[in-house]
Amino acid sequence: MIEVKNVSKSFGKHTVLNDVSASFEKGKVNVIIGASGQGKSVLAKCIVGLHEVDNGHIEFDKRDFVNMPSYERRELRKEIGMLFQGSALFDSMTVEENIMFPLSMFSKFTKKEMLDRVNFCLERVNLAGRNNLFPAECSGGMQKRIAIARAIAMNPKYLFCDEPNSGLDPQTSILIDNLIREITYEFNTTTIVITHDMNSVIEIGDNINFIYEGKNWWQGTSKEIVKTDNPEIVNFVFASEFMKKIRENLRKDL
Amino acid sequence: MKIISQLGKYFMMLWIVFSKPDKFKVFWKRTFEEIQLIGINSLPIVALMSVFMGAVIALQTASNMDTPWLPEYTIGYITRSSTILEFSPTIISLILAGKVGSNVSSEIGMMRVTEQIDALEIMGVNSLTYLVLPKITAAIVFFPILIMFSMGLSILGGWISLIASGLSSTDSYVFGLRSFFKVSDITYALSKTVVFGFLIVSISSFYGYYTRGGALDVGKSSTQAVVSSSIAILLANFFITQMFLLK
Repeated sequence: MIEVKNVSKSFGKHTVLNDVSASFEKGKVNVIIGASGQGKSVLAKCIVGLHEVDNGHIEFDKRDFVNMPSYERRELRKEIGMLFQGSALFDSMTVEENIMFPLSMFSKFTKKEMLDRVNFCLERVNLAGRNNLFPAECSGGMQKRIAIARAIAMNPKYLFCDEPNSGLDPQTSILIDNLIREITYEFNTTTIVITHDMNSVIEIGDNINFIYEGKNWWQGTSKEIVKTDNPEIVNFVFASEFMKKIRENLRKDL
Repeated sequence: MKIISQLGKYFMMLWIVFSKPDKFKVFWKRTFEEIQLIGINSLPIVALMSVFMGAVIALQTASNMDTPWLPEYTIGYITRSSTILEFSPTIISLILAGKVGSNVSSEIGMMRVTEQIDALEIMGVNSLTYLVLPKITAAIVFFPILIMFSMGLSILGGWISLIASGLSSTDSYVFGLRSFFKVSDITYALSKTVVFGFLIVSISSFYGYYTRGGALDVGKSSTQAVVSSSIAILLANFFITQMFLLK
């Protein structure tokens, strides 16, 4: 479980996060949504320590991350897997080398054990046999799946996904969403997904956090988001006529 | 103020760079890869520059010696001294600042803007030690070899140009090369090279690592890296010369 307590973050005079508190549960897909520039990515980067918070606490299973010495942070980060928006695969390495990288740095596996693990991860994301391709030779959807394979290579306790569906077609988005959900349940990870994709929010969001004006404006489940009449949420999630109709239909079913 | 702040940031970066690598096996593997990339791949440009600069130094010296009071072996002596003391260590290092510096800065800068460095950090890897330390080690180890190679080719270039133009004989050129030779000149040149190699790679890595933005900013960082490392080479050359030759 990850707990964020009263976190604030400013860049110069611009306050991005203002006293944000949230809890992200283990074994569930926790989704962070919000309009562009509202602080979702900054919150995620604060949680993993890529940005330092100005105030507040972040706890990974009761371990205070903010006041942790750098070497302890580094150790804790070995328990984190992250899927970046642009995949962030190492372009000078093959798919196999990319997935093997964290294993070769931190595990005591033999070469064969590492290769077995790489093949397991590739099979898990339906990319078996693509070991020798370079990232530039893969499509956007494949790159995301390779990044997921790399993220799960070390059996992480915490999985972060920064806009996993950006730039993908609807079918590939569904594939990625399902993969994130399956991995979360299979490995019992604390998963945090930052997304703009409302389909993902409804489909895989066990626990949804709506960030608005630098605050955690609303928190609830995918059923509750359909029921809520909170104007900010409704205007953001069900902005289009199409989504409004879907909401009406969903509300009838609930 | 900005210069002081940048200098502070640079030394803070070096402090982290020189921490213990996460895995020595990976560190050595990366160091050999960097020797290939920034050292061996620079051999052609160094060879080309050295042969032609040596030839020009010898021809210029020979064509300007119109007094009979200067012995013919002076051509060899001046070619050797210019090459060992300044041309090979300093001018070749300035060329390497352009070639290697822009390469290092843009490589690391691109990794920064495509979040590959963030990915390393999230995995728990010390990204500075992983990326920069092998480059610095490779430069410190291989730049002196490149410069010795340059010295040899430059002297060879001088000899070829003199023989081809008929301005001097092999005997007097070789006699000039051997005259008043001091081993300390080589020590001085190689010491300078180690410092220059360190400066080129560390400064370029600094600009690459702290790149913010996109492709345009990677280009700007690359330019800044080349300019700053060239200035650093010239300043270091001045101070090292003061220390070694005027002690």
